Amino acid sequence: MPNFIMSYLGSTVTPGEAGSQFWALIYVFIIFGGVSVAVMAMNWLERKALAHFQQPIADAIKLMLKEDIIPAEADQFVFWVAPLIGLLTAFAVYTVIPFGPSQAVSDMNIGILFMLGVSSLGVLGIVVAGWASNSHYPLIGALRSSAQMVSYEVAMGLVVVSAILMTSLNENGTGTLSMIGIVRAQEQQGIWFIFKFFPLGLIAFIIFAIAMVAETNRAPFDMAEAESELTAGYHTEYSGLRWSLFMLAEYAAMISVSSIAVTLWLGGWMRPFLRLLHGPSWDFIFSLFPGLTFLGLAAIAFIGVVRMPAHSFFKIQKIGLAAFAGLLGFIALLLLVIAVAGRSADTSVGARLNESIGYIYWFLFKVAVFMYLFIWYRATWPRYRFDQLMRVGWKVLLPISLAVLVLTAIVGVLVS
Amino acid sequence: MVPVTTTHYLVVAAALFVLGVIGVLTRRNVVVILMSIELILNAVNLNLVAFSRMWGNLHGQVFAIFITVDAAAEAAAGLGILIAFFRNKETVNVDEIDLLKW
Amino acid sequence: MAPVGTPYFFYALAALALVSGVLVITRRNVVHAALALIVTLLSVAGLYLMLYAPFVAGVQIIVYAGGIMVLFLFVIMLVNIERSSKDRRFNRMWPVGLGAAVALLALFVFAFTKGKTLFPDRMMSLPESSNTQQIATMLYGDAGKMGPYTFAFEIASLLLLVAILGAVIMTKKKI
Repeated sequence: MPNFIMSYLGSTVTPGEAGSQFWALIYVFIIFGGVSVAVMAMNWLERKALAHFQQPIADAIKLMLKEDIIPAEADQFVFWVAPLIGLLTAFAVYTVIPFGPSQAVSDMNIGILFMLGVSSLGVLGIVVAGWASNSHYPLIGALRSSAQMVSYEVAMGLVVVSAILMTSLNENGTGTLSMIGIVRAQEQQGIWFIFKFFPLGLIAFIIFAIAMVAETNRAPFDMAEAESELTAGYHTEYSGLRWSLFMLAEYAAMISVSSIAVTLWLGGWMRPFLRLLHGPSWDFIFSLFPGLTFLGLAAIAFIGVVRMPAHSFFKIQKIGLAAFAGLLGFIALLLLVIAVAGRSADTSVGARLNESIGYIYWFLFKVAVFMYLFIWYRATWPRYRFDQLMRVGWKVLLPISLAVLVLTAIVGVLVS
Repeated sequence: MVPVTTTHYLVVAAALFVLGVIGVLTRRNVVVILMSIELILNAVNLNLVAFSRMWGNLHGQVFAIFITVDAAAEAAAGLGILIAFFRNKETVNVDEIDLLKW
Repeated sequence: MAPVGTPYFFYALAALALVSGVLVITRRNVVHAALALIVTLLSVAGLYLMLYAPFVAGVQIIVYAGGIMVLFLFVIMLVNIERSSKDRRFNRMWPVGLGAAVALLALFVFAFTKGKTLFPDRMMSLPESSNTQQIATMLYGDAGKMGPYTFAFEIASLLLLVAILGAVIMTKKKI
């Protein structure tokens, strides 16, 4: 046996030429296994390297400089107007979102109605974009996407109504449609609506969370715009700046529906454990959170600076990141100073500033948790097929949301 | 400037109504005729809401909501008929929809 | 809160509504007509807001602009009227139709000028903040009694059910 191996290792010709089938077979196995492992490693390496290469600012500059291609037979005016409709409706929802008790653009009395109306207008932008591209794939993608959005709007509207029902269970027995009024109702009743009438609030929140992912065409409901399914769906024919408008509208819609979910169920701008851990000392501890968060972010940026390779190519990046870390640290210091200075409960400017910063911070913190969940869903879950998607929307979510609405009304009447 | 009175809203509603009537009477495309019917219904709604504000009660607004609901049902039914007919004859020209003529 | 700039907003919204109304009935391309109708519906919703009817404005946007017009656009795309964009827009009897409509407009103007004294402009005595609640009282009833429109509300829900069933059955391939 050993001289068999030595005979191969000492030879100067390949096994194929030497006629040795055994070693040729061994070679084949090595190549097959090795190439498979190398392909897997290469795939992983490509994603890692691309993630380091791709940066948002470079992406934005590239999109603005790309050539603006319009299909030949497309309807020019409608092609131009479609991304604008999506963008305008995505941004219009922000006029009713409250970051604090007085930190909103306007407190409409029909805030929730406005939000529902504007998001149903967003469907029009997608339909019109698919039509204007004058091509099959965008048209099918647009029809599917808008059918999906319309279906999940129904369930979304019903659970929103059940959340508004819960606002009417306060002392004077009147509910309100205004967003600030809904958070005030949660404040008055001392409980976030997600925990009210357990498990009704929780089920309503879960239905809204599912419906909002479907409304914004995000994974796992992104059949209409997935690259492997429909060549990017309704925005296939859009390039450069127009496509970036669609992406902007999509991410803005994600943030706005997350804000709606936070306002309706998670207590808006209220800090956690408002009833359980109350009192000035607990208020002070919770008011330190904004400063500590920025301190943590500054520390992460600083660790990134330290971990960079010590090469002359990276000097500018290091300086930039160190400056950013310094800025974050400065903001953290500022917030901590405000938190300490506004500790007293009088109505000085420092105390009011401290309160406002606290409200905005807790609201944005909850919205940031939702945004991270969006990315987590996209990475983890496989896509729904389109008929499964419609089945879930109509046959699962709609009956459950109707049941939640009826049960909330019954329990609300029984309790008061 | 003249302060805006109820009559101004009524004039706008009347103009929308007349535009809708012209659309129904003169266009050939069935979808445009249905859209002109929606214009007529909107004109009526505007009239009702203007009068509701004039009288100071909410009966006009509730009636307008019912008309909106009714318009939704009618649009669904009308477009369903259109699709069912389009499968047969492949046209949306109202002059060619004459299967029942002698 | 006193409203500001009422005449300017009114004239702007009214002009927008009328111009897009004209566009609806005159455009050859049906998708353009549908988009013009959306603009008309939104400007009428703005006029409702000026008439202190925020709930009706919200219902108009959600149902009309967000629901019915999406339905129209779906049907326009499914019906795919490429061929009809080369047809004539107006039918043969268009002078007769136009004349009848102008006569109707003349009748309206006559009625308005004669009855101008009959339309006093009274302010609504109820505050705007509870507009939704008052409409709900009229629709659902109050404290155990039925409101003036509760029965009609229930019938309207039956109407919608019938419309859904009708649309589904009419568009099925095999009944």
